Amino acid sequence: MLSRTASDLYWMSRYLERAENLARMLDVSYSLSLMPQDGRGDGLDEMAMPLLITGTLDDYLERHGKLHAERLLHFFALDASNPASIYSCLGAARASAHAVRGRITADMWENINSTWLEIRGIAEQGLGRYGLSRFCEWIKERSHLFRGASYGTIMRNDAFRFIRLGTFIERADNTLRLVDARYEMLGDEAELVDENSARSYYQWSALLRALSSFEAYTEIYRDAPSAHNVAELLLLRADVPRSLRACTEEIDQILASLPGLNGRPAQRLAAELDARLRYTGIGEILDEGLHAWLTEFIPKVAELGNAIHSSYLEAV
Amino acid sequence: MIRTFYDEMYDAGGVVRPHYREFARWLADTPEELLAQRRREADLLFHRAGITFTLYGDEQGTERLIPFDTIPRSIPASEWRVVERGCIQRVKALNMFLADLYHDQRIIKAGIVPAEQVLANEQYQLAMQGLNLHRDIYSHISGVDLVRDGDGSYYVLEDNLRTPSGVSYMLEDRKMMMRLFPELFAAQRIAPIDHYPSLLLDTLKSSSPIDNPSVVVLTPGRFNSAFFEHAFLAREMGVELVEGADLFVRDDRVFMRTTDGPKAVDVIYRRLDDAYLDPLAFNPESMLGVPGLLAAYRSGNVILANAIGTGVADDKSVYPYVTDMIRFYLDEEPILKNVPTWQCRKPEELSHVLAHLPELVVKETQGSGGYGMLVGPAASAAEIENFRARLKARPHAYIAQPTLSLSTCPTFVENGIAPRHIDLRPFVLAGRETRVVPGGLTRVALREGSLVVNSSQGGGTKDTWVVED
Repeated sequence: MLSRTASDLYWMSRYLERAENLARMLDVSYSLSLMPQDGRGDGLDEMAMPLLITGTLDDYLERHGKLHAERLLHFFALDASNPASIYSCLGAARASAHAVRGRITADMWENINSTWLEIRGIAEQGLGRYGLSRFCEWIKERSHLFRGASYGTIMRNDAFRFIRLGTFIERADNTLRLVDARYEMLGDEAELVDENSARSYYQWSALLRALSSFEAYTEIYRDAPSAHNVAELLLLRADVPRSLRACTEEIDQILASLPGLNGRPAQRLAAELDARLRYTGIGEILDEGLHAWLTEFIPKVAELGNAIHSSYLEAV
Repeated sequence: MIRTFYDEMYDAGGVVRPHYREFARWLADTPEELLAQRRREADLLFHRAGITFTLYGDEQGTERLIPFDTIPRSIPASEWRVVERGCIQRVKALNMFLADLYHDQRIIKAGIVPAEQVLANEQYQLAMQGLNLHRDIYSHISGVDLVRDGDGSYYVLEDNLRTPSGVSYMLEDRKMMMRLFPELFAAQRIAPIDHYPSLLLDTLKSSSPIDNPSVVVLTPGRFNSAFFEHAFLAREMGVELVEGADLFVRDDRVFMRTTDGPKAVDVIYRRLDDAYLDPLAFNPESMLGVPGLLAAYRSGNVILANAIGTGVADDKSVYPYVTDMIRFYLDEEPILKNVPTWQCRKPEELSHVLAHLPELVVKETQGSGGYGMLVGPAASAAEIENFRARLKARPHAYIAQPTLSLSTCPTFVENGIAPRHIDLRPFVLAGRETRVVPGGLTRVALREGSLVVNSSQGGGTKDTWVVED
């Protein structure tokens, strides 16, 4: 497959996954911001979380000065001049799809194209009228639809592999950041042994819901969410589809199945990351300190992304 | 001046022509509301499928829909067979002309085409001189633009031998009609056209002496107005759609960059003009081309379809000689007529043109896309004076033709159905044999009275039927 084509397919699905993750982030922050708050009680700290996680808070402050719920939502969701907004991600995904529309099926193309046409309509009427929860649901739904159309129609060839590669790299990074952010938000409370505070309960369960893992959690642990269990579930369980381990396992397998020898550096790195998670217990991670461990892992995923780039997407 | 128009559907007495009878009956029986609803459906489907083109000069590069009209243009099979033979004859002669021009130049020596008309032409490529091409084919894919005058006879308006576009609309229009109105296709025998991509692939493969060559489509990229078509054809043929940066030349061979390392390329269906193909040989500013491509081409290691330098044969200043070419190379009488053409570079013809500007159509010899032309009868006095000045300043850059009536076809407009002017572009494929899929692209000028059908100028398209009579 052409390197440029592979690159467009990879980025198409990365941007789409990113849009979905942003919507998930926004949804959880919005619902938490409606809870009775400590301190100021306006929920703005919570609302600023998605900006903090995506590293766009400074950008926002530069443009809008101070935190303001409505402006913040618009900036994050629909602002075309913010390259990290959900709107811009969908635009970028659609542009990549457009460039390779010959390599994706008509079902996939029509799906992503009509998503793009629709969000432009939503941007025109504004988030206030459309409704934030409805908007987040809609984004998730469109992403599910696209994935369904992909799995249901595209041939199992390298195009399919690069599409999935993009999804899992993006998702791995997102899961790491979300866990880290929630952990940070809880501060000292996260370290409490009994962890029975209402705040910790809502923080962790919101995170689980954002990653569609609440049902999995209750089924496995039959207990109120705790840092120990949530971290284990979202980092180490291979059977939870949005967990870090599930992502590295997929990436490892996909890379191993790609033809050619030029991918060796990326293949080696993916296998290392996957093995590391497979043979690590949550106790070891917590002993090292969750934040320290996550901070060390995030750049490794980025490094893997770079290796994929230089091995396949810019190959000579 | 009263001009009579030939209408495709109704004869002069207002009676439906035989090959339209089935359709007319259906149209009368189908409730207006249903038709309107189907038209909206078509718009929605085209939009969702992203069947669009990009307009140049539009800052935002907005993608637009080409308006699609649901009343088909219909041609009786017996009539089509004549058009088909005529197009094939023409393309054969033009290919022989190109081979001759880049080798012995017999036609110049015979005094039929003046040397300065071709050798001094910007489109004449010295790099092609003496180069032997497989099967002597230069224009593998040609679009022949036809119109019908008041008496219904077909005229060739121009030959497109560089990178003719529009075939994707021909195919999508048919798909849309079959989806919206399947009953029409059950009621009568309409010649199928969906095999065009497979004929195209066969033509491209047969352009190379290699068995089962590796074929790619070369596009300028997704900001090109015809990108949809490039992607469409690549997908339908199942070949790679590449941009210049995806290709490189090593040891006079062309390779594409893939995830699995370099892969050799044998045939390039290029939708990129000559000037942009190779920055080392042509326009050094081009970011779209492939450095070293010309050297690889001249070594015979890669086939370009169409060949470099075909533009000299579809230039409007060479157009007047095509009928003579047919007689010269094929020893046959031309089946399709040429529009009488005044060449403004000739002083006596220029003075005739200047005296009759309000009646004539004036075109730039190098122009295309309906830009830079004057339609005398539709022009204001100021526009005519503007063109008079341009003609005097650069007479060699213009030709003039009588204003043809252009046949009309009933078309949905704001207030119901009204006649609108149309043309026809059949696509001729030259390889092992020369073939045309039945019909072609029908373009329609949607503005009342307008004779300009180009999509860049607000033209639409119609499905084109060849109906067994």
